[in-house]
Amino acid sequence: MTSDRHQVAVEARRVGKVFGDGTSAVRALDDVSVSIRQNEFFTLLGPSGCGKTTLLRLIAGFEHPSSGQILLDGTDISREPPYRRPVNTVFQSYALFPHLTVEGNIAFGLQMLGRQRDEIAETVDEMLALVKMESLRNRRVAQISGGQQQRVALARALAPRPRVLLLDEPLSALDLKLRKEMQIELKRLQHQTGITFVFVTHDQEEALTMSDRIAVMSDGRILQIGSPREIYERPASRFVAHFIGDTNILDGVCEPGPDGAGRLRLACGLAASSPDPGRRGAVSVLVRPEHLELGEPADGEVIGVIERAVYFGTDTHYHVSLGETHQVVVRRQNRRGDASRLAEGARVGLRLDGDAVQFLDD
Amino acid sequence: MAGRRAFSVKDLPGFATIAIACFLVLYAPIVTLVVYSFNAGDSVAIWQGFSWRWYESAWDNRQVQEAAIRSVAIASAASAISTVLATMAALGTTRRAPFRGQMVIYTLINQPLMVPEIVTAVALLIFFSMIKIATGYSGLAYLIVAHSAFCIPFAYLPIRARLEGMDLTLETAAADLYATPWQAFRRVTLPLMMPGVLAGAMLAFVISLDDVVITEFVKSAGQETLPTYMLGQLRRAVSPEVNAISTALLVPTVVLLTAFYLLNRRRS
Repeated sequence: MTSDRHQVAVEARRVGKVFGDGTSAVRALDDVSVSIRQNEFFTLLGPSGCGKTTLLRLIAGFEHPSSGQILLDGTDISREPPYRRPVNTVFQSYALFPHLTVEGNIAFGLQMLGRQRDEIAETVDEMLALVKMESLRNRRVAQISGGQQQRVALARALAPRPRVLLLDEPLSALDLKLRKEMQIELKRLQHQTGITFVFVTHDQEEALTMSDRIAVMSDGRILQIGSPREIYERPASRFVAHFIGDTNILDGVCEPGPDGAGRLRLACGLAASSPDPGRRGAVSVLVRPEHLELGEPADGEVIGVIERAVYFGTDTHYHVSLGETHQVVVRRQNRRGDASRLAEGARVGLRLDGDAVQFLDD
Repeated sequence: MAGRRAFSVKDLPGFATIAIACFLVLYAPIVTLVVYSFNAGDSVAIWQGFSWRWYESAWDNRQVQEAAIRSVAIASAASAISTVLATMAALGTTRRAPFRGQMVIYTLINQPLMVPEIVTAVALLIFFSMIKIATGYSGLAYLIVAHSAFCIPFAYLPIRARLEGMDLTLETAAADLYATPWQAFRRVTLPLMMPGVLAGAMLAFVISLDDVVITEFVKSAGQETLPTYMLGQLRRAVSPEVNAISTALLVPTVVLLTAFYLLNRRRS
């Protein structure tokens, strides 16, 4: 326990935040507790209004909690103003100082900390190299592109070597290609600097590809904390399952099967051996689209009809109807001949692997 | 070639005629005034050749000298005071989330733009004379205070416009980067708002410099400013000397307004 606590960089302890008062009060955070470890790439993921940015602003010190505590390296900083917290932020709008050059922006934090001139110059050079912006050091920030501004914002926030770097949806203003590049860039920077990153996003794919751990938030609460794999493969609730990736949520029953093994029979007709043999009664299960298999309509298989095929380049999402009322989504990597064989209206056989089924308990 | 073109107001019949007429009405009198300031004769209507004599006579006129110095002193003081107050008001009304009663505050700050000047002038006359009687003081301070008051909206509006174009996150970012509130103001807010502040100060200076109505009511004996001196001269005899003073007064106004325009253009 002691060594664990030692590794925690930021901790929110039963944090609540209410904006406004009386009848117009809005509860942005409700009893949120989370420990973010040192050197971790930690993502706060959720839809807009879920409280993720509020939690970030509480860590930065732009807001103060209505209840609970924010701890940095074990010290309560809830009442400290932002300028006394060794925490820096990359803002969604970047918030670069338009009257300063690239260099001036990066040096700002160090100047405010009263560092020596030589040290500032050295760190600025180092940061410019880190984000590959050496050639633009004397430009005004209005004269550089959005992607370059993003890099300056990162360099500016990293220059004072904060204990924690907070990133508030910093990639949302970039186009897809640049966003992918910056995702890799951010991971590289985190590895290179060894600084704890707390990243806020509503983009589940971004969260899955970049994070060491993710906290999924909704309505001011944290629903689940885990690695990307845990969150994706074993979502704790329907909300998390729906929010992270495409998903089929299906109803069915668990029955005794042959040889004492459990059998899962779903209302849509699909069946599989139960991953939890002892379980009985009505259940809801989660099946990811890539865990359903399409084949030739054969005996003993559940037969469906392809209602819609949505092409994604590397793979295709097939919306397959099973009888009158049931529909599932199947993802399949594209192969030669799929386009004709798996056209809309085609009859297909469907197979479900019991190991891929995840029970939902809420 | 006969393609449809987008609507343009320039295509309306008579557009050019009306535009030219408007410019004539605006500028012909001023051009006339400037031209006759160089008249060699005594008339403001009959041209008798070019001369600097009215400028020389105005320059040598002790009353004009005193009035000019007084005008500049009042305008400088009023411009400085009103700009400081307007800056504080603009910071208070824009560097924060929108708040209840915002429009009321704007209206209160801009009161001098809405209340008829003559009403303010009469009110100040009565109010200041009470103070004069009570204190016995009758210096320039009354004029400076009155001018500062009506200059505030002229200083406030460009400063506010400048601040409204500034991302509110900038001060937050400064605080995040270890700047105390004072440092954030000094290093971020102030340099960014400076063009607006200068523009506001210039506008206030020009507005103070040419005020007649309030000055006429508030001034004590022997406190003529250039505009009130000129008004006084016109009541007696019309001399091209007034044209010369007017032209001289036009120069700083044009210079400051050009600077004001350039400062505002740089914002975009």
